[in-house]
Amino acid sequence: MNAVYLVAIGSVPSQVMDWIDAIVSEWCPWPVRRLPPLVFPDDSYDTKRGQYKSVEIMKAVARCAPEDTERILGVTEGDLAIPTLTFVFGQAQLDGPVAVVSLSRLRQEFYGLPSDETALKERVAKEVLHELGHTFGLTHCAESKCVMSLATHIGLVDNKEERYCARCGGQLVRRFAAPDGEPT
Amino acid sequence: MKKVWPILVVDDEEVMSESMAAWLREDGYRVDTAANGQAAVELAKATDYAISFIDLKMPGGMDGIETMMEMRRLRPEASIIIITAYATVDTAIQAMKEGAQEYIVKPCHPQEISMLVSRILKLKKLQSENVILRKKISRKYRHHDIITKNPRMEEILALTQDIASLRSTVLICGESGTGKELVARAIHYSGARADKPFVSVSCAALTETLLESELFGHEKGSFTGAEGQTKGKFELADGGTIFLDEIGDISPKLQADLLRVLQEKRFYRVGGTDEVSVDVRVIAATNRNLPEEVKEGRFRDDLYYRLNVIEIKIPPLRERREDIPLLAEHFVQRIASELGKEVAGISGDALKVLIAYDWPGNVRELENVIERAIVTSRNGTLVDSDFTWLTQRNPAGQDWDVPDVPLSELERRAIIAVLERKRGNVKEAAASLGIDRSTLYDKLKRYEIMH
Repeated sequence: MNAVYLVAIGSVPSQVMDWIDAIVSEWCPWPVRRLPPLVFPDDSYDTKRGQYKSVEIMKAVARCAPEDTERILGVTEGDLAIPTLTFVFGQAQLDGPVAVVSLSRLRQEFYGLPSDETALKERVAKEVLHELGHTFGLTHCAESKCVMSLATHIGLVDNKEERYCARCGGQLVRRFAAPDGEPT
Repeated sequence: MKKVWPILVVDDEEVMSESMAAWLREDGYRVDTAANGQAAVELAKATDYAISFIDLKMPGGMDGIETMMEMRRLRPEASIIIITAYATVDTAIQAMKEGAQEYIVKPCHPQEISMLVSRILKLKKLQSENVILRKKISRKYRHHDIITKNPRMEEILALTQDIASLRSTVLICGESGTGKELVARAIHYSGARADKPFVSVSCAALTETLLESELFGHEKGSFTGAEGQTKGKFELADGGTIFLDEIGDISPKLQADLLRVLQEKRFYRVGGTDEVSVDVRVIAATNRNLPEEVKEGRFRDDLYYRLNVIEIKIPPLRERREDIPLLAEHFVQRIASELGKEVAGISGDALKVLIAYDWPGNVRELENVIERAIVTSRNGTLVDSDFTWLTQRNPAGQDWDVPDVPLSELERRAIIAVLERKRGNVKEAAASLGIDRSTLYDKLKRYEIMH
């Protein structure tokens, strides 16, 4: 049986990895396993922007994926961006095995506010479910409470609930039930 | 089901185009990427992209502006967003001048792109709905609402197709209810202006001042109640057709203004000092004898000749009685389905009654009569008894005391009586008299009847 792998890029608190482990185990029918942390690849830091290149981080995550990977999720404290956008909360291959989530902008400290563990835990869970949803072929949902709705700022992440709507959830379950995870 | 809009991302740097494409795919769009201008143009030949994101600087070959210009030559309606890392006013101005819909400086906030994309797609959706609606309207008016097997009417239909794509002014003459506006619409929707507005104005329904403002628009404060600048029907019809119904009723001043528009294609809004230019085809209609009006000095001869470039005379229904069964069946089907009543058709005896009647209100009167019969009928088929009231009111079939007064006085009294019976409701009174509202207004004005 394949597995869903979790891998930290750079240093990530083990407590956060435990939260992610629990939420993925709750939603996915595959065993969840952890890989040893990766160091940031040399070419992944954009000195001009002071941010990490999301595409390079995803490539590094893909490179370390074991044979039996069903999905692999990278987790990093680095602030991620792509050339056209100032930042991304995370990124995924639509219908592909690799996804990555950044904790940087999910932390209250990023916005100059005191640390808030409860808020961070909720946001991490939502982003993980969101990016994993993409890897199983789900696109953004018009239902603003659905975890698959598009969040372009932290307020929209907070506005979502930690669940898929009936339509997205149904699509996901049908996807899990299909042989070899083929799209239904 | 949600429509999947195709989007194109053009950049010589693969990481830029692919990461942007991946981000857009997460939003559910079908995204293609191209590494240079030539490849983008090739893709655009095969696919009508809803939006194309094009990087401004692409070394070696076509740059962003050239690519955009080439793509717009292929698809003038294409929505193009130019992306650049170097924000200069000059390039922004150039991009917008060459037709870019937007100009974004990378990196930009995800919300900015997200809102931009949804705004453009909302517009695209409206545009495509508009095209569908226009096609529907165009199909509706092209032929099938003019139902005939009368040779004169068939000639008129052929003529509407022949003149549809010309710019020449058309004058349609015919009694009230013969379908003058329908013929005007058939001309408009068969020609090159079909996807532009068709604007109809009833010249008899309004006073001179109101009509002037209605036709030419007005500037803020040009008269009491003129709160903002308002476009007139001529401006609203720009690129399309204006239909001036009851043209024989307009005042000498408006006749002069109209002549100027026809000659110079320019006019002033009421209270305005700036000239407004328009490209409008004029189709006018009247139930009056315009040559007679010209002879009497009530209608300018120069305007008459300007309007009467192509003349269409629509015969009254009594001169094409062979169309009565066709029209009656058509109205039965349409009105029964609109009213949700099950009426299968119309009996042979009932048709005989309809054919024998003289129809002073022409096709409109026939339509009203059928509607009334459907509403009151308790049968699955309309029978002659459903139309008994029609022959009873037909003057030819009944003796009645005619007072010794001029015909116009008879008409005046009849209008007053019907208006009283309809409690001043002009629409109902006009339907009852078998004339249209504008004709009734005209008669109210002529007979100085206050209502």
